[in-house]
Order: sequence, then C-alpha cells, then structure tokens
Amino acid sequence: MILSVASGKGGTGKTTVAVNLALALQVDHPVQFLDCDVEEPNAHFFLKPQIVESRDVFTLIPEIDESRCTYCGKCAQVCAYHALAVVKGTVLVFSELCHGCGACSLLCPEKAVREVGKRIGVVESGRAGEMAFLQGRLDIGQAMSPPMIRAVKRRLDPGRTVIIDAPPGTSCPVIESVKRSDFCLLVTEPTPFGLHDLALAAATAAEMKIPCGVVINRASLGNGDRIIRDFCAAEDIPVMMTIPFDRKIAEAYSRGQTILEAFPVYREKFLELFERIGTIGS
Amino acid sequence: MKQVVVISGKGGTGKTVISACFAALSRNAVLADVDVDASNLHLLLHPEIQERHVFKSGQKARIDAEKCTGCGLCLPVCRFDALVEDDMGRVSVDSFSCEGCGVCFLVCPVQAVEMEIPISGEWYVSKTKYGPFVHARLGIAEENSGKLVTEVRKKAKEIAEREGRDLLIMDGSPGIGCPVIASLTGTDLALVVTEPTPSGRHDMERTVELANHFKIPTACCINKYDLNHNNSDGIERWCRTQSIPVVGKIAFDPAVMESVVRGIPYVEYAKNSSAQEIRDMWLSLSNLLT
Repeated sequence: MILSVASGKGGTGKTTVAVNLALALQVDHPVQFLDCDVEEPNAHFFLKPQIVESRDVFTLIPEIDESRCTYCGKCAQVCAYHALAVVKGTVLVFSELCHGCGACSLLCPEKAVREVGKRIGVVESGRAGEMAFLQGRLDIGQAMSPPMIRAVKRRLDPGRTVIIDAPPGTSCPVIESVKRSDFCLLVTEPTPFGLHDLALAAATAAEMKIPCGVVINRASLGNGDRIIRDFCAAEDIPVMMTIPFDRKIAEAYSRGQTILEAFPVYREKFLELFERIGTIGS
Repeated sequence: MKQVVVISGKGGTGKTVISACFAALSRNAVLADVDVDASNLHLLLHPEIQERHVFKSGQKARIDAEKCTGCGLCLPVCRFDALVEDDMGRVSVDSFSCEGCGVCFLVCPVQAVEMEIPISGEWYVSKTKYGPFVHARLGIAEENSGKLVTEVRKKAKEIAEREGRDLLIMDGSPGIGCPVIASLTGTDLALVVTEPTPSGRHDMERTVELANHFKIPTACCINKYDLNHNNSDGIERWCRTQSIPVVGKIAFDPAVMESVVRGIPYVEYAKNSSAQEIRDMWLSLSNLLT
C-alpha cells in the first residue's frame, strides 16, 4: 500500500499526520517513510532517524565537445527548454533550464554532445525505530525538485506500507510525489484558505484517479468545520479524522514532539484512520 | 519602484495574512499573489476582476493511435517514464509524467506524435479597495508555475510604472524551488516569515540561504513567537549573527483565524496588540525599503 499525504495549502499538518500515522503503524506493520518535500524536508525533526547513507543525486546536462562541433545549431533547435544557444563559434549551455531529456546528445549529427552529471541534492536513508526512512534534500538554488523526488521514489519498497509526505501546492512536485499512490490523504484546516486549497488538491487527486480522504486539522468546536464538511459531502469525499485546534498541540509541535508522544490516546485514532483507508482503498 | 516579497520556506507560517495587512496599510502599492499554485490572497482582498488572460506554457506529447505502428523507437528515448505500452504494443502518453521535451516527436519515423500546448492557467488584473491586484490560477496538475509567476510580476510592474506607484507587494509561495526563485530574483527585499518550531527555523534558514544566493536582502518576522520563547530567542540570535533585522514578533492569537474566516485583513479586523505589532512591522519594513 502506497499512501501519500498532501494538502494544497502549506502548513496544514501534512508532516504531522504522516509522521504520527507512521509511528502508530510501525508497531505492527513494516513501514517505509518517504519525505518527498525535498525543498523543505521536515519529517526528520519528529522521526529523528539515524541516517546511515547519503547519496548525491545528479541530473544530466550537456557538455559540448568543441573539437567535433560544427555549430550547426541542431541541439538548440531540438531543445524544448531553450537550454542551449548557438552563437557564432560557440555553444552556450544554460544548465538551470535543462530538464536532462537528452534530445541534444541523441540528435547531434556530429556526436559532439556528451551528457555529464550536475548535482541537485542528496537522498538520505536510514532507520527511525522499526521504520525505514528516506528523505530528499534539494540543494539551495536548484529550481527543479521533480528529479529529486523521482530519486527518492526510485527506492520505494513495495514490500512495506509506504507513507509519502508530499510538498504543498498542486503543481509538478506534488504530482510527482503523489503519482502511483493507492490513496491520498488531504490535510486541511477549517478556514477559507484551507477550503480553497483543499478543493484544488481534491481536483488534482481526482484528475490522477487516486482515491482520497480528508483530515481536518485545527478543527474547532461547534459548527466551525462545517465549510469543510459541506464541501466533502458535496464532493463525496470522506472525512477520515479530525484533530482539534489546541494550543497544547501547537506547543508540542514547537518542541519537536509528535502528537503520539504528547497525547498517547491518539495512537488508537491513527490506527483507526489507517483501517478506514484500507477499507476505502481496496 | 520597490519590490518586496513575503516568503517563508515552510507553508502556513502566515505569509498571506501578513501580505493582506501590508496591502491594507500601504498607500500607493500594487499587489500581487505570486503563489500561483495555491493562491489565497484574493480571499482577503476580494478583487473585482477586470482582465482575464489565458496562460499557455509548456507542451505535452500526444500519440495518434491511427498513425502509430508500434515500432517502439520512442520508448527507450523517453527519460520521464511518460510513454506507456499496452499489451498490443500500442503506445500512449502519461500526461502527468510528460515534461514536453519532444524527443519522442523527434524520433518517431511516421509522425504519430503531436506536441500540444495546453492551456495551463489563467491570470487576472483586478481592482481592490487597496489598489490594483494581479493574481493567477495555475491549472490543476500543471507545471511551469515559475513562468506564471514571472508573467504576474511583469504585469504588476507594468501597472506600477504606468500608474506611478512606488511599491510592489508580493505574497510568495512555500518552498525554495522554481516558483520561489521566480518571485525572489530582482526584488529589493524578502520578508521571511517564520515560526518558533524546528521546521519553521530550518526552513527559514534555507530560505535565507536562497535569498543570499541571489543577493536579495532579507528581514525576518517571527509569527506566533510566544508558542515557544526558547525557539524564538534562538531565531533572534541566529538573525543577529546573519545581520538580518527582526522586524516583527507577532503573538499566537486565535483571532487571526477568525479574521481569515471573515475574509478581512487582520489589521482591519482587530485593534489589539498583535495588530499593532503588524503595523509597527510595516513601518520598519518601509524604512528598510527607503
């Protein structure tokens, strides 16, 4: 089972839900945790993994062999990203625009384009208790996170229950993280911001044909979370769990504590959440 | 004209609430929401849309099943696992994986691949009671958010120059990747909004490092600072070592959430000490910009 945790809006509690679910599950299940928020990986603050290995991640960028190049301009012509330009007697490579598709080297008639690795970040792996842990960390100044996310997901272990902590938003990094999940948990909060971005995230999951359910974080007493519940009812998306708005939870978070550490009664709730996912996902 | 962008690294630290307050406190600014992925500023500014523009960017491959002979030449050259072969040897494109490089199009011997430019979003020029507002909506599951950010910024700058406005206030997105870089480059100041949590601190440090990389000056705001005084002190000490001014410390206040629910910029909703703190921060920031 591959389970991703996403949200649209940032700071709604994706990492909190992913981490606590993983901790509750690991007692009886083999779990692998993938932190795919490679721009800002934060799950390690709570899982405190022992990192045993760190591997550099590279993308391929072109390097021109000037001795072979005839400056015919083919490489620039086939590059969809404008990462190459041929000007009188030289070829300019704009590596930050390159997606590493290989069109230039494949189609150069003189075989003058060689591809070389450019480091974009690291994948760190280790253990957190019984759990296998992996996280990607994009180097500062690198613009493209999808290749980093792919590098993390390439090491996904289908023999375990995989929990993916996704980045915020709804564009390519989220798609890359959530792709091929069996179920997607969408974490939201009962505000117009939370609702607006939940609608986007739910539409994204629907477009990708991934079943989803909602966790309402910072839920208020009384009728406060009605805007979320009404939306979920109208869209036929199940509300799987609520976590109340509680300054004590926010304070525990600020100390790097998980909900399970601060409020052990939640273990049962997260296990119930997982059971419900199993029922819906299958 | 000066440009200030509000960013944070970590999501949910309060960028939009603060940006909306700045909009309300400003006198002669253009406003822009450069979080095109999950934009929220319009929920507090209530824009009246005056212009709509289609945003087209990037391309995706599509395979014409009639023309495809199933030769399979395209399969090994796709670096993005975007080509899927069925049991009958027919190839189709997984559009979520396709990055539009066009290599399949270039190698196909029978021209069965077409490259299409889908509509990937919309952007708007609006009127608000605080000034002109440029915002956007990236299509569901689309890419190129950085290019849409650039588009929004270009329009906002154009309006500022045309109308003689002296400030551009931009509400940024979380992270440090392409949309953030697109919103950061060439600005006069980045306000980094953080919170006194391990992730707030860590993400702020990465964001400051990113701003340094592009030589953009930063200032820091610690939101919900009283949730953890130790961590807040730590952030202040760190900022001092980096010579980053801490221009605001805002207390954790459930009234902020109420103001968002009501759709009102916080400085107009509440007159308490945290609202005053935001006013003071606006003054400090204005001083840094002059």
